[in-house]
Amino acid sequence: MATHYAGSEAGGAEGKAGAGASPLIYRTKLPVRIWHWINALSIFVMLMSGMMIFNAHPRLYWGVYGANLDHPWLVISHRGMHGYAQIGGFEIATTGFLGYAQGVAYAFPPLVTIPSTYSLADARQWHFAFAWVLLISATLFMAYNLISGHLRRDLALKREERSISHLWHDIKEHARLRFPTGEAARAYNPLQKIAYLGVLFVLIPVVILTGCTMSPTLNAAFPWLPELFGGRPSARSIHFLCAFGFAAFIAVHLLAVVLAGPFNELRSIITGWYRLPKERSK
Amino acid sequence: MSKDNNSGLIMPAERPSSLITRRNALMGGAGLLLAGCDQINASPSVKSLLSLGEKATHGAQRLVTDRNALAQEFSRSEMSPVFRQNGNQNPGTSEYNALAANNFADWTLKVDGMVPNPLQFSLAQLMTAPRRTQITRHDCVEGWSAIGEWSGVPLGLLLRRAGMSSNAKYVVFHCADSTGGLPYYESIDMIDAFHPQTILATHMNGAPLTVGHGAPLRLRVERQLGYKQAKYVMRVEAVASLAGIHGGKGGYWEDHRDYQWFAGI
Repeated sequence: MATHYAGSEAGGAEGKAGAGASPLIYRTKLPVRIWHWINALSIFVMLMSGMMIFNAHPRLYWGVYGANLDHPWLVISHRGMHGYAQIGGFEIATTGFLGYAQGVAYAFPPLVTIPSTYSLADARQWHFAFAWVLLISATLFMAYNLISGHLRRDLALKREERSISHLWHDIKEHARLRFPTGEAARAYNPLQKIAYLGVLFVLIPVVILTGCTMSPTLNAAFPWLPELFGGRPSARSIHFLCAFGFAAFIAVHLLAVVLAGPFNELRSIITGWYRLPKERSK
Repeated sequence: MSKDNNSGLIMPAERPSSLITRRNALMGGAGLLLAGCDQINASPSVKSLLSLGEKATHGAQRLVTDRNALAQEFSRSEMSPVFRQNGNQNPGTSEYNALAANNFADWTLKVDGMVPNPLQFSLAQLMTAPRRTQITRHDCVEGWSAIGEWSGVPLGLLLRRAGMSSNAKYVVFHCADSTGGLPYYESIDMIDAFHPQTILATHMNGAPLTVGHGAPLRLRVERQLGYKQAKYVMRVEAVASLAGIHGGKGGYWEDHRDYQWFAGI
């Protein structure tokens, strides 16, 4: 287990196998950590209550109108005890996951919705309360990003990172599950930056704007909203696709945390302190 | 002795627990989690905390929007091919059936409450009153939208004719339909009541309202969701407070199903 080149390692505690050599650095500042957790909570509540809201009418349309007798591009429903999802002309059997699961015939099963039993009214209360949390925290964080330089310094792609060959190299490294080590791990890597920028500058703004576009009062006051997205049913579709984007981001994000070392990653997003992974011997 | 009997009864039931499968354990764990979440959802203090969001939304929407802004109006070519019916589709009471059988010739609309001159209108009077026609989008709280043409008398016109007490804060719509013995009603504030697109519609898509769509008269309040668009309107009442009316929250869905009174989103 513990190989003994102890003694030669400066300051290495006995039996620590040289782990002491890689320094602990202060990587994640307090505002970033606070926003991360507030945002994580609000995104989870909004995804789960959003799925309950979707259950009330599990069909999506493009255009300026869309109801049961019109043509949806996505349906999640059931025939008897068989759940299915219809996307365009394709149908996929989804019994046990979508359409029919846990003994109930709803698009999304009780395990993933807030509340777990059907209540559109309660789901809306959760959704719109946390919409404020999301909106306010995202606005403050955006202001912090601009003022503190976090955006320019840590998130924006450096000049050399913007080339196709550099990104391709980074994609290959990710595919081999080889994450940056040593000094290179001080900064976010390019794919990581793109994922975070996608959440901050695409998913969050678009999900908020399409959410507002579903409001008849805001539509009347700001007619450019439905115009921008091609109608309220289109905005609802895009809102759902953004939710899918958040779910995909969360899946990849959590996978990356597990692969990169969950203890170290969690420590850095809770306390800010991060141990640089030891330089890989080439 | 009874204790012994009990334990004897319990024992066999406990035995299968040794057969717990991973799947069952997982589902059991999930069940506990769900029960915990539902307890949070049912807690009155959580409910009142969440309702802060509702108040913020109502306040913010009134703050940032032009109170006279018109809902988008569409062209005929953009209308839904079929406008689906929703909610109650026939009040089905003997009184309503008798009115419908006579083509609503004996039907009257009452305008009363906090108004100096309470009024009654026959359907024929409403048909000849100044009217507004608008092609608008109906947005159901469930998520679907349908575009149709509505034609009727501006509500503000009737309210002004009846004269409105300055103490009146809300307009309540009493309807002929009910669900499970609970009467349908709705209410709006004066901002929406006097909005130019707020009409009591007698016609839909160029024809008199069908029973399914709320004959002979339904409310259109175009900047709010579908459940505010009360069908089968029999009486319009001006009030200072919603507290004394039915459940006190201003509508059937608000009283019995916890839907928001301000349905702006």
